Amino acid sequence: MLKLKRQFLCGPYIVWIIGFIILPVLMIFYYGITDSSGSFTFSNISAITEPIHMKALLLSLKLALICTVFCLLLSYPLAMILNGLHLKRQSFVVFIFVLPMWMNFMLRILAWQLLLSNNGIFNAVLESFGLPKISLLNTPSAVVFGMVYDFLPFMILPIYNAMGRIGTDVIDAARDLGANRIQVFFRIILPLTVSGVLSGIIMVFVPALTSFVISNLLGGGKVLLIGNVIEQEFMQNMNWNMGSGLSIVLMIFVIASMAFMNSHNKDGEGAAVW
Amino acid sequence: MVKKYAGRLYLAIIFLFLYLPILVLIALSFNNSKSRVTWGGFTFQWYAALFQNETIMEAFLMTVQITLTASVLATIIGTLAAIGIQAMRRRGKTILIGATNIPLLNADIVTGISMMLLFVRFTKLGFSTVLIAHLTFDIPYVILNVLPRLNATSKAAYEAALDLGATPAYAFYKIVWPDIAPGVFSGFLMAVTMSLDDFSITYFTKGAGVNTLSTMLYTELRKGIRPEMYALSTILFGIALLLLLLMNFRSSRKHEINN
Repeated sequence: MLKLKRQFLCGPYIVWIIGFIILPVLMIFYYGITDSSGSFTFSNISAITEPIHMKALLLSLKLALICTVFCLLLSYPLAMILNGLHLKRQSFVVFIFVLPMWMNFMLRILAWQLLLSNNGIFNAVLESFGLPKISLLNTPSAVVFGMVYDFLPFMILPIYNAMGRIGTDVIDAARDLGANRIQVFFRIILPLTVSGVLSGIIMVFVPALTSFVISNLLGGGKVLLIGNVIEQEFMQNMNWNMGSGLSIVLMIFVIASMAFMNSHNKDGEGAAVW
Repeated sequence: MVKKYAGRLYLAIIFLFLYLPILVLIALSFNNSKSRVTWGGFTFQWYAALFQNETIMEAFLMTVQITLTASVLATIIGTLAAIGIQAMRRRGKTILIGATNIPLLNADIVTGISMMLLFVRFTKLGFSTVLIAHLTFDIPYVILNVLPRLNATSKAAYEAALDLGATPAYAFYKIVWPDIAPGVFSGFLMAVTMSLDDFSITYFTKGAGVNTLSTMLYTELRKGIRPEMYALSTILFGIALLLLLLMNFRSSRKHEINN
């Protein structure tokens, strides 16, 4: 009896899931497969094959992939170093990476716009060393830079958490049994942090694939990602059916990348980032 | 030894990367020049002007209202849901945790658009639609913070309390709550952070006349950023830094006393 009662505490949340998570997704599907008069059509989804949409999708995939690789390369050593500090309170590390979010996201990206601009601090430093200026702003590289900046914590935290869960005894045992540092890394640390790496990849790849603000701010309107296309369909062209059709395509990519990651994640710890 | 310093250097570089834009914004908040690229001397004028600026103050109050209401409600619904989920059998658990991950993992733009499509069909976009949207992405953070704590609590102690005549509510308050309270609190903080920093979902679910700081900034991008915004975000950042440092200090002292 008591057990039954406790489960009822989920009630409000289940209603919430149905009303505000599942129903909205169904709405996207409804709009995506109908035209403005409400009759069935596939043209909104097949619109992805139009050159301008295809180009945006491929560019998004490319930039998201580059961003994810950079985040991973930066985060893994960082997580190892942080873990090596043996902090008593792991929450302090979380705190350091979450704190920047208290400064408005858009302002932080705009600050990078300032730093990377032609007469910004970056180029001033380069000039003082007698190096040639680089004009990064309004290029795809600037967009990747902004994405790496914004999403890096989402890669660091799951890897760091996974590393913290490895008991020191396991590593000591491996060392006692004669494994050297490299063997310990490849046979103990790496396999035990795979789940963290995988959730990090998802937490970075998906937002990078779908972002539209960073490309707007740092791409100067020249870098058109699939997110920008969808935003324009909704907010400027007022073509909600087309926007929904393209969102369905985007969702398929998101689900596919998650399924791919899940199939490689054996411990099923999934996306428990915090 | 060299390796240790190389590690420290690497840490320093990454922190610089993360905090450089913040330093720039703080510097700009004291810059006595409307231009963003030239330094015109030190001033407090933007801090004074901030409180006279109605547009910014309105957006700020809206942001605070949405953030606090959404986080408090999300903490309540999420904590109750976590308790319920924990009591469920395996299958129900898997389904619910899976559903909880949807707003976390799905693209912000898709979440925002899908809610907008639902809302415009049944109601007008406005404050309440933004609030519902924020709640939807806040609740998962609370659940994911509370659930691990719940799983670690001792079931036997709770049942012993019941056997000794405690009511379920009293037993919960005395046995379970102290164990999960830190998780509830960090879930709440996570919800506040996410709500405060959100742009995409607010952007799609807000109606005319409702503006948070993020959406206000976005619509005014072409006009240029008002310097008062730098002052406001510096204040917000300062408050967050202070609060979090205090909490860290207090809990580390508690830790010492307990030892």
